Amino acid sequence: MKVATVVGTVVSTINHPLFDGHRLLICDIETPEGSLARTDAYTIAADLVDAGVGDTVLVLDEGSSARQLLDIETGPIRAVVVGIVDAWYDGG
Amino acid sequence: MQLGRVMGSVVATEKVVGLEGVKFLIVQPLDKHEVPRGRPVIAADAVAMAGPGELVYFVASREAAEALERRFVPVDHAICGIVDDVHLDDGTVGDST
Repeated sequence: MKVATVVGTVVSTINHPLFDGHRLLICDIETPEGSLARTDAYTIAADLVDAGVGDTVLVLDEGSSARQLLDIETGPIRAVVVGIVDAWYDGG
Repeated sequence: MQLGRVMGSVVATEKVVGLEGVKFLIVQPLDKHEVPRGRPVIAADAVAMAGPGELVYFVASREAAEALERRFVPVDHAICGIVDDVHLDDGTVGDST
């Protein structure tokens, strides 16, 4: 899993039916070193925990687990937001 | 998943079994500000409605092979949706036009 900051949303009407009912969040992946410095890396993840812009979240970027969470056997889903981070401690 | 801009299409008559009727599009990956990043990829159109110029989001790797009607066909990028709007927290609003 990765720690990320939600920086935006993607609105889509015409999409794969799997994404119906799931908000898509633009998540800036955070670096493990030092502070929460934003990196250039981002991913669009389906929201499972009602996260919002500005939240620090846990992003699971792995397809089998994502499908297990949605209780489906097949589908093009990979990145999902699975938690909202209250705090994280670097080195402590 | 990443944002991408459809740049064109690819036509292939002879294809692997399972890819019949699948539309292939040339997609330029974008960063979150819709600025091109990296090299274009060929993506299968899983929504069957995307066209040149459109802003889309696409999935890569194994999950792309699960996007189409027939499961586990040999594709490595698949378009999963057409983007209406991108809202960023800096107030930026982009759209597909």
